[in-house]
Parts: sequence; structure tokens; C-alpha cells
Amino acid sequence: MADITNQSLNEIIENVKTKKVSSTDLTKAYIKNIESAKKLNAFVTTTFDQALDKAKQFDNKPNFDQLLPGIPLAVKDLFCTENTKTTAGSNILNNFIPSYESTVTKNLWNNGSFLLGKLNCDEFAMGSSNETSHYGNVINPVGDQLVPGCSSGGSSSALAADLTPATIGTDTGGSIRQPASFTGTVGLKPTYGLCSRWGIVAFASSLDQAGPMTKTIKDCAIMLESMSGFDEKDSTSINKKKEQYSKNLKDNIKGLKIGIPKEYRVDNMPKEVDELWEKGKKILKDLGAQLIDISLPHTKYALPTYYIVAPAEASSNLARYDGVRYGYRSKQGKDLIEMYEKTRSEGFGDEVKRRILIGTYVLSSGYYDAYYLKAQKVRQLIKKDFDDSFTKIDAILTPSTPSSAFKIGEKTNDPVSMYLNDIFTVPVNLAGLPALSMPAGVDKQGYPLGLQLIGKALDEQKILNIGYAFEKNCGFKNEIKKWWS
Amino acid sequence: MSLDKEKIKHVAKLARISVDDAKVESLTKDLNSIFKFIEQLNELNTDKVEPLTSILNQSLRSRKDEISDGKIREKVLKNSPKENEEFFVVPKVVE
Amino acid sequence: MSKEKFDYFIKGEKGKYEVVIGLEVHAQVLSKSKLFSGSSTKFGADPNNQVSLIDSAFPGMLPVINEECVKQAVRTGLGLNAKINNYSVFDRKNYFYADLPQGYQISQYKNPIVGEGKVLLDMPYGSKEIGIERLHLEQDAGKSIHDMDPSNTYVDLNRSGIALMEIVSKPDLRSPDEVNAYIKKLRSIMRYLGTCDGNMQEGSLRADVNVSVRKEGDKNFGTRCEIKNVNSIKFMQMAIEYEAARQVELIENGKVIDQETRLFDTKKNETRSMRSKEDAHDYRYFPDPDLLPLKLEQKLIDDLKKTLPELPDKKKERFIKEYGLNAYEANVLVSEKEISDYYEEVAKLSDKKLAATWMMGDLFAMLNDKGLDISKSPISAKHFAELVQSIKSGEISGRIAKEVFEIMLETGDNPKKIIESKGLKQQSDPKELEKMINEILTKNKDKVDQYKSGKEKLFGFFVGQVMKSSGGKANPQLTNEILKKLLKG
Repeated sequence: MADITNQSLNEIIENVKTKKVSSTDLTKAYIKNIESAKKLNAFVTTTFDQALDKAKQFDNKPNFDQLLPGIPLAVKDLFCTENTKTTAGSNILNNFIPSYESTVTKNLWNNGSFLLGKLNCDEFAMGSSNETSHYGNVINPVGDQLVPGCSSGGSSSALAADLTPATIGTDTGGSIRQPASFTGTVGLKPTYGLCSRWGIVAFASSLDQAGPMTKTIKDCAIMLESMSGFDEKDSTSINKKKEQYSKNLKDNIKGLKIGIPKEYRVDNMPKEVDELWEKGKKILKDLGAQLIDISLPHTKYALPTYYIVAPAEASSNLARYDGVRYGYRSKQGKDLIEMYEKTRSEGFGDEVKRRILIGTYVLSSGYYDAYYLKAQKVRQLIKKDFDDSFTKIDAILTPSTPSSAFKIGEKTNDPVSMYLNDIFTVPVNLAGLPALSMPAGVDKQGYPLGLQLIGKALDEQKILNIGYAFEKNCGFKNEIKKWWS
Repeated sequence: MSLDKEKIKHVAKLARISVDDAKVESLTKDLNSIFKFIEQLNELNTDKVEPLTSILNQSLRSRKDEISDGKIREKVLKNSPKENEEFFVVPKVVE
Repeated sequence: MSKEKFDYFIKGEKGKYEVVIGLEVHAQVLSKSKLFSGSSTKFGADPNNQVSLIDSAFPGMLPVINEECVKQAVRTGLGLNAKINNYSVFDRKNYFYADLPQGYQISQYKNPIVGEGKVLLDMPYGSKEIGIERLHLEQDAGKSIHDMDPSNTYVDLNRSGIALMEIVSKPDLRSPDEVNAYIKKLRSIMRYLGTCDGNMQEGSLRADVNVSVRKEGDKNFGTRCEIKNVNSIKFMQMAIEYEAARQVELIENGKVIDQETRLFDTKKNETRSMRSKEDAHDYRYFPDPDLLPLKLEQKLIDDLKKTLPELPDKKKERFIKEYGLNAYEANVLVSEKEISDYYEEVAKLSDKKLAATWMMGDLFAMLNDKGLDISKSPISAKHFAELVQSIKSGEISGRIAKEVFEIMLETGDNPKKIIESKGLKQQSDPKELEKMINEILTKNKDKVDQYKSGKEKLFGFFVGQVMKSSGGKANPQLTNEILKKLLKG
């Protein structure tokens, strides 16, 4: 089969179902690609033997009624996978082999797929360019030593380079949508609570969400359906009836009201990003949608709010990494306290340490009210902005990122400027809403840029539909040349 | 609010992360610029605003009181950096 | 009984000092599984055998609350006459310790599940109300074992995650005796409710004691010190006495009392500072984002209220009213639910007052001697009632009853059988008794003369002879009457 790895997930599934390709041949094709893509450094761990074993089992007794029949998938190394090393991009988990499987990956395997490998990511999902992984930088397959976006950089890179037919990442402040935008792929952050967080290495509990990263909207719908669902082991999981996102995907968006928030036109926004936004508006308008100007007045406070709430929660979530029960333990440390301090200093990278310190500080005695409590109040205001707007509109259209991918090392000196990359994505996490990044075009250097659709809570079907219609009429094609083999 | 080295060392102690003197300088600078950034929130009057307690519109779900877990000592201990069949082993606390 | 006056003061050189005490009691909730995980809570299991991935804080683990633990907290709150809060929040209390795997304890900070309540103490100087500030749910920590290895500490997480109710009293206690009464009362209420077994040896009930002193009459509070993790009432009392004296001495010497945490050294019988090299803990409380706020329906609270068992205070009132017991008797008999249940069974079938006396006397002495709980009493309530009734009816004398009691213990037989088979029926026939007494008086003519000439003590000798001659079965009252009559003439 002529380069099956180039196809969309949906097409591949069709080919498997019609026996045009076996799961084994499919898996071998991806293995071949992965082995020749070491330069991208997208993988931390590969599980080729186990994958081929599973492929063989599938081929011997195929079940074509499943959503992901015989499909090999690589996943972000933040999902705990049973008996397969899970590092979260950190040195402190460099030897951690979970004895349990995350609910989301279990859902994928229950739908017929199996693990191909674990994808590199920023340490504990913290970062803005995928330059904080202990396992080295991931290179964007687009080329030119670009960052792939983060923290799901390994995921977006592997996807765009045909190293996996689809994948999943996690999004706390934009970690699915930004890499999707930087690599010309589709990334969805579902409504908070739609996908279970059980078994995912926690970063910021009230913001983290797992989501699909795919080449097309239809693929995205298939993956979302496979991975989502109520989990009684997660107290923040939403108990609702499962939806058939891919079956119900339609491209008629006549009469839908699309909000255009004025606050998202930021100072110094590159002209190309603005132009792309205009292009997007026009496409939707031509398809029969109505464009409505809206205001989300507290948008500019979203980033500072995020950089209080997320580090605070992270500082507490990462307290369990102490060298006592699993993971790295420093050889130095003559007593318990010293062991803790050395383990954590040696085990964590600089960005993680920075965020833990910020988080510890904003929660500390005397500062809680001024920082954390204040941030939670502002978060309420940000959510209210969205809730108010959604009484008048169906979805919101914005750019995904304020720029295309930048070069590795270009921005690592100043943490604040790094944080500004998340400016369009962060408000969504604070409000717990679903948002989709879809590839829309390229800048003058040919680097991909994405547009973001923000939906009402639990309204994934609607934004997928809008994305589906947009995709058909956008004419974007990812022109990645395999320069790395 | 400006952070000084002493404050950073105190916070690092609370977080059980040791920061050597060489790093404190750059850390102080980074953290101060981050704090300056997040202090924008002071522009907003939030006196009458309730903090967001939960993003979800549902109340806490509970589970039945049943013994459904445990008895997995081997699994629980197998990742331990210091091997022992029954306990987690750590260096002594100096009281 | 006349009321005594409250009189616990530390007498310093410069005045009399009142001791102000507040207690934070940690009570392990009776439930099959832990507060946020499904591991068993049973005491005494092999190390780390009752530990789940959640309890050992593996990456990605999440808490789910146990509905029974919530109900137990509500029941306890109702038993403390406290306000149940329909809305409460779980917060993380962040600190590092080897037996705290998450690096934080899930507890409740600003919005506890139970608010203000009160507990009534029966003191010799009257009834005293102790205010309850609040009750909240939190996770227990694991156990660190320091003495198994010279350079290492061994950690067992079996206890990690078991539900605790932290009951905080207002600083209303004023003496070690009041502390004793308070702990006993709390324990009794929770055992009645079945929410905590109050077993201090097993660690299911522990307390931190806050102590401060002030000059008698002073309305302001002095600086308090916290004495942590005292695991027996006796040690609490000793710790309070030592600490209060220590504080008074500091004050009288013009020194300042540092607000600090102290430990009670059970070998030296003194408190000492726990202050380590670093500063006090900054717990950085914030609402746990893995849990939503707990919202309790009023219906749930009302339903739980309806199904509460009768609690000690109400039962005591009822015992006094219905059974004609005095306050002291009622107090003793309601102190434990098992005791009050036993008593009521006995009282149904026999004389209520006599039953009380005999229970508090011989039965309790026997149980104490054998180190048994009343639930393990070798004499059933039914048989005990029979014994009491046979005394009441005059079938046997009190003295013989003691014999029968011993035989009941040995053989497990019912009293009727024993009385029959051993012929222990009391001799209450006045004619027979008179005949017997006359014989004795005739035999001891010289002593009779001595008695008649003034040696009144000899009366006891005659009673003794009657008892000896009748094998102890002579009815004592009748014996006295007849002797008196015959000796007059």
C-alpha cells in the first residue's frame, strides 16, 4: 500500500476494515518511519515488540466493529501506561514503570488500538516551546530547527511526520492547541471533565484535560469518541451520555453565530495572523454563518491568572515526587530532609522548579489572599465573560497562537515572553470550555498557523462541525518534506 | 512585591528544593519579573466577586463504603528506590 | 449529694492561676474502607497490605469520597448538638513527611462539615457545658517506624488515608478532671453512635492539648502551647499539670511564654519543645481541585437525625425518670451503650433499683477483675435479672446471692437451678427462726446475760451464730427483729 502512513486515521481505518492493509503491515510501516526519524527526538520510549505482538493478535482475530481496529498509536508520555516506562519528560521519573493504565489510554485500547510508543513532552507538561524536556528538544517536522510547540511537542511532531496515525496529548494552558497550530495539525481540548484525568500525571488539576491530536477533523471526532467518557475514579469526571461525534459530524453551519472577540486583537500581533483570522471569518461567513462582534473584557488578565493558579496547583501536585516510593532518589542526603531537597533539585528541571517556587509562594501564609484567592476571583470573571457571550453565539473564532513556530533557543531567556505564547489558549482552560485548533494557512516563511474555535461547555459536536465545514473549504495542505531520514 | 534572596531561600525550603547560591541570583531575577507580570491583577476590583470553587456545575460524587482495593503490597513497593519486602525505607529524620 | 466547688488552680508565689485548656481530638471513623480510597481500615494488618495506589500517591491517582465517612461525621455532629453545614470544602494541607505520601493531607480548613456544638459534663460541682468549635473530616497519615534500623526509618502506609474526625473544643476546659470527663463523654457519644470505637490503645482516639494559664479572674487568654499526640487520658492529665506549672513559673519569673508545639515525654513526665531547626509549618491551605465542594441535602441530615440511637444525656434523663435511679447511678449505667443495654434488659425483668445496685457492685467488680467488657460478660442479662428478682422476692438473702453469683460464674447455670439444687432458699419462716434463735440464746445464756447488762456489741455475735446455724440462709431482717424481741424480755 503506497505510503499508508500518509493517510488520515479515518482512511487507514477504512483500509484495515476492508482488509487492504493488515494491522501488522500498518504497524511495520510506522515502525520504519519512527526508526528513520530519530532526529526529531519525538519518542522517549518505543514499544515495537509489544505493538507487533498486538498487531499479530488482531490480524489473527480481527474485530472490525471497533472504533480503532488494529490501529497502533503513540501517546504523550504523561499518560501512565501499564508496564511501559512513563517519564512525564522528567528526570525524576526516569525509571518509573507504572503498574496501572490511565483511563483514557485504556479507553483507546478497548476500542481496538494498541501502544506504539511514548512521546516526548515538556517536563510535567510545563513549558512553552518544548525546550524543557529532560529527554532533549523535539524538532518540528516543518523544518528549520523550529520548536514543535508544547507541551505536547512530541505528539504534534510525531503526528505531522507520519510516525503515528493519530495521537493524544494534554492541554492545561494550550498544550494541545499550540503544538497543533505550529505543526499544521488538528488539536482539541475537550470540556473540562469530559475525559478522565485518572492515571494522567497531574500538572494543574483544575485545568488539565486530555484531548485528541489528529490530521483531520473527522479523525479528531473518532479519537474523541474513543477516549472520552465518565470515569467513577475521577471525582471531576462528568457523567453524561456518550456522544457519537464522528457519526454525527456534519458540515452545514448555516445560521450559526460566530463570535469575534475584540480583545484577541493584541498589540504587535503579526500581520499574517490577523490576515489569517480575516480569512477564517470570510470562509465561515461564506458558508452561511453569522459573524458577531463580542467582548471578553477580562481577556488580558487570563495569563497572569493562569500563572498563579497553575503553578499553585502544580506545586502541590508535584510534592509527591520525593524519592520515597518511586522515581529518582538522590544518592546524597544524609537525612530525610536533605534527601528530599537533593532528590527534587536533581530530579526537576529549571522551569519546573521555577513554577513550583512561584506556586509555593502564592499559596504561602500572608500571600494567599493577594494572589491565589485573587486569581480565583478573576477566573470567575473570565468565565462569566464567556458564559455571557455564549447566550448570544454558538462558537468563538480566534487565532490559536500569536505567531508561528519560532526557532529552538530563540525565546528561552525570558520566561515572561515565553508565557505570552499562550495568550489565546489560556482563557479557555480557565473557563473549562472546549476548544479546537485547526490548521488554516501558513505565514510568509511557510510555517503553519492555526485558528481556534471555542465552544460552549459540552458542545464539542458543534465546534467539530464548524471545523469540518471550515476544513473542507479552507484548502490547507500540510507540505512537510521528510528531511530527517 | 519584590522578592529577595532570603525570601526565595525560605520558599525553596518549604518546597523542599535546594537552591545553591549560584542559582539564587538568576532565580531571583526571573521570579521577580514573573511576579511583576502577575501583579497586573491588582488593577481589578474583585471585592464583590466570589472565587471560582469548581469549574463543574455538579456536587461531589461519593462512593459506597466497600473494601475494593489494597492487598497489592508487591505492586505498591516495586518502584521503591530502596528495596524491602514490607516497608518503604527512607533515611532517618533528624529531630 | 452536696455539690462541691470547682477548685483547680495553680498556686504560684504571686497568685492563683486558672488553667485554660482546649482539646483537638482526632477520632478514627468507623468505616470499612478509607476516606478517599477503597482500602480496608482494619487494625493490625501486615505492613503496607492495606494500601492502594491512591494511598501511596502514585502519579495520576485521584480521590473519591466514601459516603459512609460523610454520614459518620454528620451523625457525630448531631450527637454533639452541632450545626451541620450543608456546604463544606476539602482543602489540601501541604507539608512534607515520609508518612504523608501525597505531600499534602486532604483536610478541611475554612468550611468544615460540622460547626458549633456542645457537650455536657457531669462534674461533682454540677453540670458543665463545653463548647465545640467545629468538626471536620481529614485523612490520617501512615506510620513511621524509627527503631527498626539505626540509620533508616521504615514507613507503613496502612493507616494513611483512613478517615479522621477532628473535633475541636472551645477553650472551656479548666482542669485535668474536666479533660478526663470530656474525653470520656466524647468517646461514649461516638461509641453510642457507632462512629468511632474510641480505642486509645489502638490509636483510634488521640488528642492534641492546648494549655495556657491566666491569673484567676483575668478575662484575657494567656499564650498557649500545644502538646501534640497524647494517646492516653492519664498522660493528658500529667502533661497538663506539668505544662501549667511550667507556664506559671515562667510568668512569675517575668519570662515570656513562647507559643510553640511541645511533646509529652512519658518517661520524664515533662513536656518539651518540639521546635526543629526550621520555622513553623506554613501549610499553604487551598481547596483541593481534585474534589468538588460537598453539598449535603437537608433531607439526608434529617434522615440521619431520625435514625440516631438514644444518646447518653437523654438516656440518663429517662433512667432517672422511668427507673427512679439517682443521678450518680444513671450516669454510670449510661456511660457505655452496652452497659445501658444490659441494664435495661435486666430492669425489664427485675427490680430496677436493686438491679442498678447489684450491677454497679458485684457485676462490675467481677468484670473488672476478669478484664472483660460487659459485652463479654459470662453472666447473661437474663440470668442476672433472675438473681436480682430472687433477692427482691426474699427467696434468698443478699449474702446468699453473692454465693449464688459465684456459682453462676463457675457453672453458667441459672440462679433458680442453683438455689434449688443447693437448697439455698432463705429461711424466712418466723416460727422456724424463733425456734432456732431460742436454741442459740439458750446455748449462750452467759452471753445473753452480758448483753442484757450492757454489752450491746454482742448482738453481732448472736447474728453470727444464727447465720452459722442456718448456713447463712436466715433472713437477716427477720433475724434482727426476732433477736431484738427475744433479748428484750
